[in-house]
Amino acid sequence: MTEKKIRVLVAKPGLDGHDRGAKVVARALRDAGMEVIYTGLRQTPEMIAEAALQEDVDVIGLSILSGAHMALVPRVLELLKEYGMEHVKVFVGGIIPDEDVPALMELGVTGVYGPGTLTEDIIRDIHNALSIAPAA
Amino acid sequence: MNLTTDVLAGKRLALARLLTHIENGTPEGRAALDELFPHTGRAHLIGITGAPGTGKSSLVNQLARFYRHPANGSAPRKVAVVAVDPSSPFTGGAVLGDRIRMRDLAGDPGVFIRSMASRGALGGIAIATAGVVQAFDAAGYEIILIETVGAGQAEVDIARLAHTTLVVEAPGLGDDIQAIKAGILEIADILVVNKADRPGVENTERALKNMLQLAHPTRRVFHHHGQVMMVEAPAAPQPEAQLWIPPVLRTVATEGEGIAELTEQIARHGTFLRQTGDWNRRERVRLQNELDTLLQAALVARWRATLPNGRYGEILERLVARELSPRQAVEALLAPQPSNLATP
Repeated sequence: MTEKKIRVLVAKPGLDGHDRGAKVVARALRDAGMEVIYTGLRQTPEMIAEAALQEDVDVIGLSILSGAHMALVPRVLELLKEYGMEHVKVFVGGIIPDEDVPALMELGVTGVYGPGTLTEDIIRDIHNALSIAPAA
Repeated sequence: MNLTTDVLAGKRLALARLLTHIENGTPEGRAALDELFPHTGRAHLIGITGAPGTGKSSLVNQLARFYRHPANGSAPRKVAVVAVDPSSPFTGGAVLGDRIRMRDLAGDPGVFIRSMASRGALGGIAIATAGVVQAFDAAGYEIILIETVGAGQAEVDIARLAHTTLVVEAPGLGDDIQAIKAGILEIADILVVNKADRPGVENTERALKNMLQLAHPTRRVFHHHGQVMMVEAPAAPQPEAQLWIPPVLRTVATEGEGIAELTEQIARHGTFLRQTGDWNRRERVRLQNELDTLLQAALVARWRATLPNGRYGEILERLVARELSPRQAVEALLAPQPSNLATP
């Protein structure tokens, strides 16, 4: 049992009150054979970047419902860069207005998902993103 | 970059990367562990096991906090946490949720938490957990807290790895028959009754204490049909001072209650192990186990390489067809082949 597993951090930055969506995604990624580290509600960008470093994840999934994504996402990306973890693919899910998506992609986010997204699509996108640039 | 040098220099990204190599069993991971091995053997390895929901993660959170901010004014210790959760037997995936209870430790560079999936191992820890612990030890972490998967009765591998094993119980989980069964309670160096603010804590504590009394009899006075009777314990095999009797402690991990006493007992157990020579004996047994396991794997691999192509599959087919019993299949495989008959 020593093959490479895809490790994913599912994190909720900010002050969201619930984490149903994040849990559904965590469960779906588990069923796709990934190792999902779930850290719970109300994480700061610092906590998320630190957990990503310690857990050496390939992917971070940020779930944000509060509307604070344009503040939280850039900060997480900045910290990852600071820690030397630019190779980590960052996905964002939650309530993200369409007009913010291009800006997030521009910042280096790999994918943005709203309500109604099929978990199969997320799984496929993770596989694609990692085979294009597999973790060293 | 050289992984080993960077890990020894305290670079956290290198350590995180090394842990992944160790988990995946890569040649780089093995080579780094070989190089790091002389730097290991300094940390106090503390195992935390118990049934799901007894509060292991919360207890680990509090213990780590205490070691980082000792109440008695002693220097903070570097703490590593290895938290194991189960992998799915069907997909191999896992949700590792132990960090949720460890948020108090965020932002402290003296703490490193790593979640591990059990990846099919059934003993409560993963196969690679020992390697991960060695890496932390070499990287200078003085206290290594190893949290097992939620363990039922027989997941006792942690006792072979850790110096001090805490078995965590909570009120209301079982009657006193559970306490006299073989298995997990036998490996406890310290018994923790967590959630001690819940009703039924006295019963749980009493059941555990009675269990210990049976295991470590001393001279006892008891009442039997109204008569006071004295019973001498049978002569202990070792002198009394050499015997560790596991203490039973109450904690409320969410409130931090009982944590100072718990760390005191952990330290006392460490001192006990060193004074009695048990520390070295445990290390010796552990390393011997590791040697034997690796040796077996290497011998099987070497032997498999000498097997003529298709021979294994052929025997397996005959086994599946029930022409051979499993034991006969082994004998057939080990029997000298006409092609490479050894001279007697």
